[in-house]
Amino acid sequence: MTTEILLAGFGGQGILFAGKILAYAGLMDNKELSWLPSYGPEMRGGTCNCSVCISDKPVGSPLVLTPDVLIAMNQPSFDKFIGSVRPGGKVFIDSTLVDSKSSRTDIECFYVPSSELAETQNLKGGSNIILLGKVIKETKLFSFETMKAAIEKVVPPKKAALIANNFKAIELGMNS
Amino acid sequence: MERNLMKGNEALAEAAIRAGCKCFFGYPITPQTELAAYMAKRMNKAGGVFLQAESEIAAINMVLGATSTGVRAMTSSSSPGISLKSEGISYIAGSDLPAVIINVQRGGPGLGGIQPSQADYWQATKGLGHGDFQLIVYAPASVQEMVDMVVKAFNKADEYRMPAMILADGLLGQMMEPVSFPEISDAQPDKSSWVANGHNNKREHHIINSLYIQAQDLEDKIKERFQRYEIIKQSETDAELYLTDDADILVCAFGATARVVKSAVNDARAQGLKVGMFRPKTLWPFPEKELNKAAASASKLLCVEMSMGQMIDDVKLAINCSKPVDFFGRTGGVIPTPAEVLDKIKAMGGNN
Repeated sequence: MTTEILLAGFGGQGILFAGKILAYAGLMDNKELSWLPSYGPEMRGGTCNCSVCISDKPVGSPLVLTPDVLIAMNQPSFDKFIGSVRPGGKVFIDSTLVDSKSSRTDIECFYVPSSELAETQNLKGGSNIILLGKVIKETKLFSFETMKAAIEKVVPPKKAALIANNFKAIELGMNS
Repeated sequence: MERNLMKGNEALAEAAIRAGCKCFFGYPITPQTELAAYMAKRMNKAGGVFLQAESEIAAINMVLGATSTGVRAMTSSSSPGISLKSEGISYIAGSDLPAVIINVQRGGPGLGGIQPSQADYWQATKGLGHGDFQLIVYAPASVQEMVDMVVKAFNKADEYRMPAMILADGLLGQMMEPVSFPEISDAQPDKSSWVANGHNNKREHHIINSLYIQAQDLEDKIKERFQRYEIIKQSETDAELYLTDDADILVCAFGATARVVKSAVNDARAQGLKVGMFRPKTLWPFPEKELNKAAASASKLLCVEMSMGQMIDDVKLAINCSKPVDFFGRTGGVIPTPAEVLDKIKAMGGNN
């Protein structure tokens, strides 16, 4: 079984970082996986996206075109990718920044005001991680423990003080 | 063995250091830059030299100088930068020097784009610089293979005293995958018979040179080199054969494109189509025997590339045009999708 995940938003929202946490979670669980960023000028404040594949067998094409899981962190990403989600797929939307609702009935959409939550809970920049919390709750892709181990791997030692905040953001997402 | 998560570009650099590369000379270019950045961070601690040259041309000539003294030396770039290096690569080949050159390909010609491409196949396998010469060319399709092939490239470059290239692309360079580093021996062959590392008045001096004014001398030298190439053609080819035993349509692809093709082949098999894949791991020497074995049951072949069609020439030559060879490609940085490849396979009308 392969889960294809697409994370999309503005540069600076932590799209690649959130993708990295999922990739490391896959590594922790001894899965096969790939992580592929969009690269180039897009990284400087434009639209940014990241493909993550988690699988039991070696990953073929690492480029996610029809995601099972879409994380949409801004309106342009929602508009661009909502139509590409595989039937039966799950979509996680930062509803603080995305006004639209999907009319598709063959997918499940979760509207989480993650930017607002991050702001009010004093987790500045934690919107991406809050959404990851919601993802693992609704997809059961990884356990909380696995996510915690992944976060410890991905957060650089210099920023270790932020690990606790990231744990909190995951929990917040799981309970949203 | 411990699995790490690394970008292809970083894994190439780490593998080179572990293989005993002591000199890296480079110049930044997307989508290869992480390789040089990793070298900048690690090489000094590993007891080697990282130097960002003033240009690609300077970098490749620094490689020529370093490898002349017998140390393992490497440079890396992306397509436009490799074109700039081509003169130096020709001199390295003409001087019978080992070196490893990495091309993380992007779209061309000219400055082209920065997205993945395979349009430097002809350049790498037919004419990376002027004159009669070849490089050994490896085509990895995963981050793990990037590691394994860098180690192999250093070993074979030393063994045959010639440049070896890793022909990767932006997709492989930028993606992260689990990778493990096997125990890598950095043992190198004895180079004392030819290196220019100072004779201290105790031995004859060695000359590293690619200039042969007498035509007969140059022909002799080139013929000697081509005898080595013959040995390499016999013993160094490598390929992956995937579901080829009963395949009616054989899809040929290398590098990142082979991953897309493998997904398409799996989809085709799920629909009952007899489709297999042939993936050369060495592009020069091209694995002709392996291709003929893979194509034994096929009635037609399909070549899929991120270019307008370059490897297809070698595929046709290898099977002596005995079967029709069709082509599907995307170029300019566009990555083909498994669905597109599957559509093409179906349009070719394979037997169930």
